[in-house]
Amino acid sequence: MSVLLEVRDLQTHFFTSDGVVRAVDGVSFDLLRGEMLGIVGESGCGKSVTALSILRLIAPETGRIVGGSIRFGGRELITLSNEEMRGLRGHNISMVFQEPMTSLNPVLNVGTQIAESVVRHLRLPWRAAHDRAREMLELVKIPDPKQRLGEYPHQLSGGMRQRVMIAMALCCNPQVLIADEPTTALDVTIQAQILNLMLDLKEKLGTAIILITHDLGVVAETCERVFVMYAGRMVEQAPVASLFARPRHPYTRGLLRALPRADTVSDRTGARPRLTEIPGIVPALTRPMPGCPFVPRCGFAVERCRVSNPALTEAAASHLVACWETGRVAEAVA
Amino acid sequence: MALTASTADDTLPPVGSPVVRIVTFVRRNPTIVIGAALLLTLVAITLAAPWFAGDPFRQMPINRLRPPSARFWFGTDQFGRDVFSRTVYGARVSLIVGLTVSGLASLIGLAIGLACGYFKRIDGIIMRAMDGIMAIPSILLAIALITLTRPGLGIVVAAIVIPEVPRIVRVVRSVVLSIRAQPYVESAIAGGTRTGKLLARHILPNTLAPLIVQATYVCASAMLIEAGLSFLGAGVPPEIPSWGNIIAQGRTFFQIAPWTIFIPGAFLAVTVLAVNMLGDGLRDRLDPRLARRM
Amino acid sequence: MTAFILRRLAATIPVMVVVAAFVFFLLRLAPGDPVAIIAGEDATAEQLAAVRRKLGLDRPILEQFVLWVLGLLQGDFGISIFSNLPVSRLILQRLEPTLSLTLATLLVAVCLAVPLGVLAAWKAHRLIDRLVMGFAVLGFAMPVFLVGYVLIYLFAVKLGWLPVQGYRPLAEGLWPWLESLILPSLALGITYMALIARITRASMLEVLAQDYIRTADSKGLSTKRVLLLHALKNASVPIVTVIGIGIALLISGVVITETVFNIPGLGRLTVDAVLKRDYPIVQGLIIVFAAGKVLVNLIIDISYVFLDPRIRY
Repeated sequence: MSVLLEVRDLQTHFFTSDGVVRAVDGVSFDLLRGEMLGIVGESGCGKSVTALSILRLIAPETGRIVGGSIRFGGRELITLSNEEMRGLRGHNISMVFQEPMTSLNPVLNVGTQIAESVVRHLRLPWRAAHDRAREMLELVKIPDPKQRLGEYPHQLSGGMRQRVMIAMALCCNPQVLIADEPTTALDVTIQAQILNLMLDLKEKLGTAIILITHDLGVVAETCERVFVMYAGRMVEQAPVASLFARPRHPYTRGLLRALPRADTVSDRTGARPRLTEIPGIVPALTRPMPGCPFVPRCGFAVERCRVSNPALTEAAASHLVACWETGRVAEAVA
Repeated sequence: MALTASTADDTLPPVGSPVVRIVTFVRRNPTIVIGAALLLTLVAITLAAPWFAGDPFRQMPINRLRPPSARFWFGTDQFGRDVFSRTVYGARVSLIVGLTVSGLASLIGLAIGLACGYFKRIDGIIMRAMDGIMAIPSILLAIALITLTRPGLGIVVAAIVIPEVPRIVRVVRSVVLSIRAQPYVESAIAGGTRTGKLLARHILPNTLAPLIVQATYVCASAMLIEAGLSFLGAGVPPEIPSWGNIIAQGRTFFQIAPWTIFIPGAFLAVTVLAVNMLGDGLRDRLDPRLARRM
Repeated sequence: MTAFILRRLAATIPVMVVVAAFVFFLLRLAPGDPVAIIAGEDATAEQLAAVRRKLGLDRPILEQFVLWVLGLLQGDFGISIFSNLPVSRLILQRLEPTLSLTLATLLVAVCLAVPLGVLAAWKAHRLIDRLVMGFAVLGFAMPVFLVGYVLIYLFAVKLGWLPVQGYRPLAEGLWPWLESLILPSLALGITYMALIARITRASMLEVLAQDYIRTADSKGLSTKRVLLLHALKNASVPIVTVIGIGIALLISGVVITETVFNIPGLGRLTVDAVLKRDYPIVQGLIIVFAAGKVLVNLIIDISYVFLDPRIRY
């Protein structure tokens, strides 16, 4: 399996009036050709910023990639010129965003929004580009595609808009699709449809997909590998089955334990057991943290954890963890 | 174990002496300060005029059309009158007109705007009337009134107030409408609060900030209109020096004595600029949401 | 579509009625005795009566109003007191210069100010932005006559590149016509440009912060396309609105500009009429200018439908 994307020690910082926010603070991973990768974490853990960093979409007035390397197909993306980067976006690496309502341009029709990528990257004339746009709409299973080409986003439902977004992202056959919370803003029933669509397209087109979400359930259903992020760092990377069967990081363990279960039993008084929460809150990313960022909320923390930040190391087959006490975590009953 | 968020204490300014506080205020609101400073300087100059500005009416035929010099800071016009003196006295007219128009238009506009926003029945008719008045370009409206009446400062003020009122009415009315729709007002009405009290306590205070901002813009606009009218000969009577009619009189010899036009003109521009800056600064301070729209 | 346009057109009628009523009642409600003021200090009783008759004040009010409105609809704007010529004829004579000046200014202002505003928004907070905004703030404060005289002094008197004043009709040739319009339209347009540039920048900034711009960027589209198609089209509604509102500025300024540059248009006609207190002319001009303004706003209103597909008709 060949490696499409190599991210090494990525650091993206934002410069605010309250100080420097270390949104992504040393993230490393590989993306393999044709695989479905999930990145999970709470709001503010840096997963979206990681995605935006790969495409270099961080607004220069607000932040910058300050360190690390992102290699795609052998090229270093961080030092690529703006012009070359634009050639890559929408063509080799595409992105789908969370809010289909606001992510589509309200004054341009659907056909134009899809076709313009085709014209730009595949250099086809407009007529041919519109035909391709129609093909893409068929591919994403939108009924009556010819009609839709001339319609505007406000005339479509949320699910349809997201399909259009996917069509837009895949129309030039990119090798990588980054989907940033693509179903969070949709109804539950539509969520399933969209996810299935994405899986389907992955099979058909061979696109590698990075699925960013805070929903562990979604990850379990769709992804092959999953990365867990916390406070701008990767804390665990594993194949899905391995992660869910035996989480090796206290945070992941906490996340899994916090999931509501359908098989809880009420006690004599009719009360149900409380959900297990992770105590504390996410740390502010402006203060330097010499040790592991999870320490204040960790039930396994020891002195060493406060002092030095653990690196991602292999704890089991293809299962990497950044934790000094991962042995104890793995032993603990879920 | 609770985790503290980053402490913001180290970013707050030290509560210091009045000097420190003033400096901080200046740094945070440069436009208000510059605008206000310019205006106050102007007011001071106009008030002190009788003591240092000389005689704006005195004609000195030997000193006709002299360029600016040590003796005549702004030179002289074709009648040998001191341009500096005339300019300073001209400031009075502009300030008086600007402030009076602004004040009157605000009061009238406030009253009408409150009534329109609150009482649906008269809203329709009055807003139609306002639309009609706004359709007529302000200078023309002023000119129409002036054509029909004897010349005088009072008429000029009245003629400028009328086209400015609809602007204020619009702003006040929109504030009233948005507040009136708020749940707490509905409950106050349901609770039997009297209209007057409602208007005074809940609605009026919220109209003040946008009203003040608009009033400054009206002031600037009024100054420009008055100068324009006087320039055309349709404003302040020529005996009273106004920047507009000083410039009008400077037209004949403009090419050889351009200072007679440029200097009063520059004064007008700077004054209007100062008022606009004050307005912008106030708007940014009092209502950042308005700032986005402009 | 036509139904929509007709409806909008119909909506302008009440406004024009108010304008007509206002102008009508102004004469009759003005403080003092307008007739005496118009006729002059030392008018005889006969002259006063003549003026009264000319103004149509010798009939009952309702009859006056109806007759007058009917006349307006047929293009009869009354008779000038001093020249005894029909006001409509006087207006038509002076229409071309004013129309030329207004259109030229509109074109120049929009073609300069919108790109400046877009540029300022694109390079927000950097030097070019501060410069453009500085110009906008200054420009908004500059009285038209000051700008006019400065331009004349620089380009006509000192450099001799352009004529000091005057107007050359189109019939005399394209270049002389344009030449005579350059300085006046710049002078008239400065305040207008300042306003448009400011609103363009504000609107573009708001649009550029939107999610769909980020999507456009993520598709690798060229900056030009993102700015000018994706962003500007969305920003256009407020910009076009302010272009319409600014027409009022233009019309007010036309009177002064024509005086400064000695252009024999409607503005000069207005000034002459005021000084001679020839009210029928002023009356007619108000109706014409108000109608012009209303028409422009109507066009702007209709244009919204083409700019933003969410606006239904």
